[in-house]
Amino acid sequence: MRSKNILLALCMLLCFSLPVFAQVNSDSAPLQFQDKTEEARFHALAAELRCVMCQNQSLADSNALIALSLRHEVLELMRKGNSDAQIKEFLVARYGEFVLYKPRVEPSTWLLWLGPLVLLLVGAGVVVVLIRKRTPGTLPVDDKQEW
Amino acid sequence: MKPGRWLPLAVFFALAVLLASGVWMSRKPNRDALPSPLINKPAPAFSLPVLHDPTRTVTLDELKGQPFLLNVWGSWCVECRIEHPVLTRFAETKRVRVIGYNWKDEPADALRWLEQFNNPYWLVIADVEGRAAIEWGIYGAPETFLVDARGVIRWKHVGPLTDAIIASELMPALERIEAVR
Repeated sequence: MRSKNILLALCMLLCFSLPVFAQVNSDSAPLQFQDKTEEARFHALAAELRCVMCQNQSLADSNALIALSLRHEVLELMRKGNSDAQIKEFLVARYGEFVLYKPRVEPSTWLLWLGPLVLLLVGAGVVVVLIRKRTPGTLPVDDKQEW
Repeated sequence: MKPGRWLPLAVFFALAVLLASGVWMSRKPNRDALPSPLINKPAPAFSLPVLHDPTRTVTLDELKGQPFLLNVWGSWCVECRIEHPVLTRFAETKRVRVIGYNWKDEPADALRWLEQFNNPYWLVIADVEGRAAIEWGIYGAPETFLVDARGVIRWKHVGPLTDAIIASELMPALERIEAVR
């Protein structure tokens, strides 16, 4: 029984000693959600936003301090009654389009959105031209060949 | 020779041009730096305490009238230590006011850092929580903003300043805003 208590104490010590940074991170505590719907909405939103510091991670995954601050900011904006679109607009106005994993459809991103479709059409056009060029009846007349 | 025979070669060159332009576009060493959407926009208003005298707060309006350089730093930031001699040399030319933005730092640590390495700043404001920094789109130290006399952000650099960046980017930007006035 006593050894169990010591083990428990050691585990707790370990938990408290992990986040040791020189930086001020009074906001490093996990976010507290009011209910499940808020939590689900927050996670869906954070997964669509890119961490500005470590650019291959989403805001939800990143441990960078700025990601922590931005997660708090996003939650606060949610509680103030902002829509997802408004929260994204808030971040884009400060950090640029880069924070969106899914770029918006606008003139500067048309090539990005429509490029693959254009390439597909070009490829289809090439295929059609090649097939048309093959005049019927050019198949080998060598009927004796065994397949 | 049939024109169709040139098609693979043309495709090859088109691909080569595409790939070469990709390499060319990523030639800058700080290509990961995000372009700030705040360039040529009014700087976000703030009211932050002075590091050396926390009872005093400074607002953006108080800083308007003359251009200033806002340098984001923290005592925890390794790159800021590398930048420090460059910034000190620039500040000593007294070309423009250099204001320190102490970001997410313990004031005691920040003061000790300035004492150890010397204080290049005309004024240091402290944003311990980092809330005001979100308005500025700050995401990592060091970052440096150039704000003109009317309080409009004219230039931003992410990462440590170097003599080359000061000469090739900051000085021309300063001359441009001074020519407008």
